[in-house]
Amino acid sequence: MNPSISIQNVSKSFGKKTILKDIHFDIQEGNIYGFIGPSGAGKTTLVKMIVGMEVPDQGAIYLLGEKMPNLPILQEIGYMAQSDALYNQLTGKENLTFFASLYKLNKGERLRRIEYAAELVNLTSDLNKKVSAYSGGMKRRLSLAIALIQNPKVLILDEPTVGIDPELRESIWNELLRLKNEDGKTIIVTTHVMDEAEKCDYISMIREGSLIATGTPEQLKKQYAADNLNDVFLAAGRM
Amino acid sequence: MRTIALIKRILLQILRDKRTLALLFIAPLLILTLMDLVFNGKTVNPVLGIENGKKQIIQSLKEADIVVKNYEGVSNTDEVMLKYDLDGLLEVKGEKATLTLLNDNPTVAKNLEMKVRQIFNKRAQLQLLDTNNIQRKQLQDAIIQTKYVYGSSDTELFDTFSPMLVGFFVFFFVFLISGIGLLNERTTGTLERLMATPIKRGEIVAAYLIGYGLLAFLQTIVIVLFAIYVLDIVLVGSIWNVILINVIVALVALSLGILLSSFANSEFQMVQFIPLVIVPQIFFSGIFSIEGMVDWLQVFAKFMPLYYAADALKGVMYKGLSLSDISQNLYILLAFAAVFIVCNLFALKKYRKL
Repeated sequence: MNPSISIQNVSKSFGKKTILKDIHFDIQEGNIYGFIGPSGAGKTTLVKMIVGMEVPDQGAIYLLGEKMPNLPILQEIGYMAQSDALYNQLTGKENLTFFASLYKLNKGERLRRIEYAAELVNLTSDLNKKVSAYSGGMKRRLSLAIALIQNPKVLILDEPTVGIDPELRESIWNELLRLKNEDGKTIIVTTHVMDEAEKCDYISMIREGSLIATGTPEQLKKQYAADNLNDVFLAAGRM
Repeated sequence: MRTIALIKRILLQILRDKRTLALLFIAPLLILTLMDLVFNGKTVNPVLGIENGKKQIIQSLKEADIVVKNYEGVSNTDEVMLKYDLDGLLEVKGEKATLTLLNDNPTVAKNLEMKVRQIFNKRAQLQLLDTNNIQRKQLQDAIIQTKYVYGSSDTELFDTFSPMLVGFFVFFFVFLISGIGLLNERTTGTLERLMATPIKRGEIVAAYLIGYGLLAFLQTIVIVLFAIYVLDIVLVGSIWNVILINVIVALVALSLGILLSSFANSEFQMVQFIPLVIVPQIFFSGIFSIEGMVDWLQVFAKFMPLYYAADALKGVMYKGLSLSDISQNLYILLAFAAVFIVCNLFALKKYRKL
């Protein structure tokens, strides 16, 4: 099976500062991949390059067989940015409708997807409220609904659970697992919370722009003879 | 399709923002009305004190719209003038006279001096002539007849630069609101979010131009109709040409506002462009004579969009020129807009290379 996403020897620097150094790995279809690393490690830059908002200085990124950046392939990527990018003067429904109309969906499909996405993140009853009246958690959920709106094959979520209470975090993770298991979606999640990393099928640990370890959580724990991923991260960082 | 979705969203956002709507449609009308009231205030007749004035002189002075007050035995001129609030004091001694002017407002002083001089010159001429009644009559009628190429004897300063004011307000408000509109899109992160969808950069620029362009079009019509029908601003040429010019002005302001918003990181920084970009344009838009400026400054004026807009608007509204007479100005304005729009496409590359 071809990999869903292929990151090939990617390096990136802004000015003199090197953000990513020679990152190389493949992401298989139908798995949840966790990019783990502290803030400033280069996770967001890597994610932005996969989406095509940044271009690698060296190397290349292929998504569903197409070299990024590539406009038509964005139809197949659902992206949730680190900060909620929503139109506060508009209602939740208007936000969903607007983003839905940027993708190739016919009218019936669009309405069904809006209904489905709102239901999924439990916002159906709040759809006609203005986003400015939403709580932080509701905004995060709406952002997730927008990422799902066009039924993309690949979901890229940049710190989806940051600033969210444990209960909501649990429900978002359950949703991600369901999307993977039932719809076979490929999901990339960045996080710096290690217990979230446990839920991923594969994790890639990034520190100071370099990939320090990659594999399933079990493999990594075995490889570094550690009980938990925190210790793995520390051990891998020392190498 | 994506452009239409974006236009719909922009309009919906503005409709929800009542204050911005008020700024777009009510603020320019308020300021125009205020300017109209300020500039069309009644002219106050100058007050002239006179010592030893002959009846004939006083009569002539009164005919020239001067308020005349008689004083006798004035010893301290300045003191009397200040005490009785006089604009001038005329002390007549035989055929000679001394005119003392207060000169706190040079326009009033110059005007008063001119009128007094005229009256004395006329008297001198009359005395030289025979007491031939026919000649005398001719002289008393105006020697010089005045005709006007543009406007009439009733033309006021406001009439000559009110056309430019209309263009300026369209430019200013469209610039500010469109610039802040795209800026909000950037600061809230939604512009970056848009770049993760298959939308093209050109579609974003087009949507902003059309969305805000529609608003600017409505605003232009409101301002032009208000200026012409409510404030009764001089309009010799066609109202359609006035609207056409202002729509083009709005397009320039729109593309410039959106472009400059790329160089601002906050609303405050956007407002900082006003003294840099907007205020200098006022100096080159016809309130002050451009011919009198030093050469390099005249060249500078050629880079100001409002210079061409003001020229075209004054041409149509005050001079009654036709579309073909002002077409060159319009082409230059369109060229400005085209350059700004192309720059916009490049400015958005910051967010996505494709």
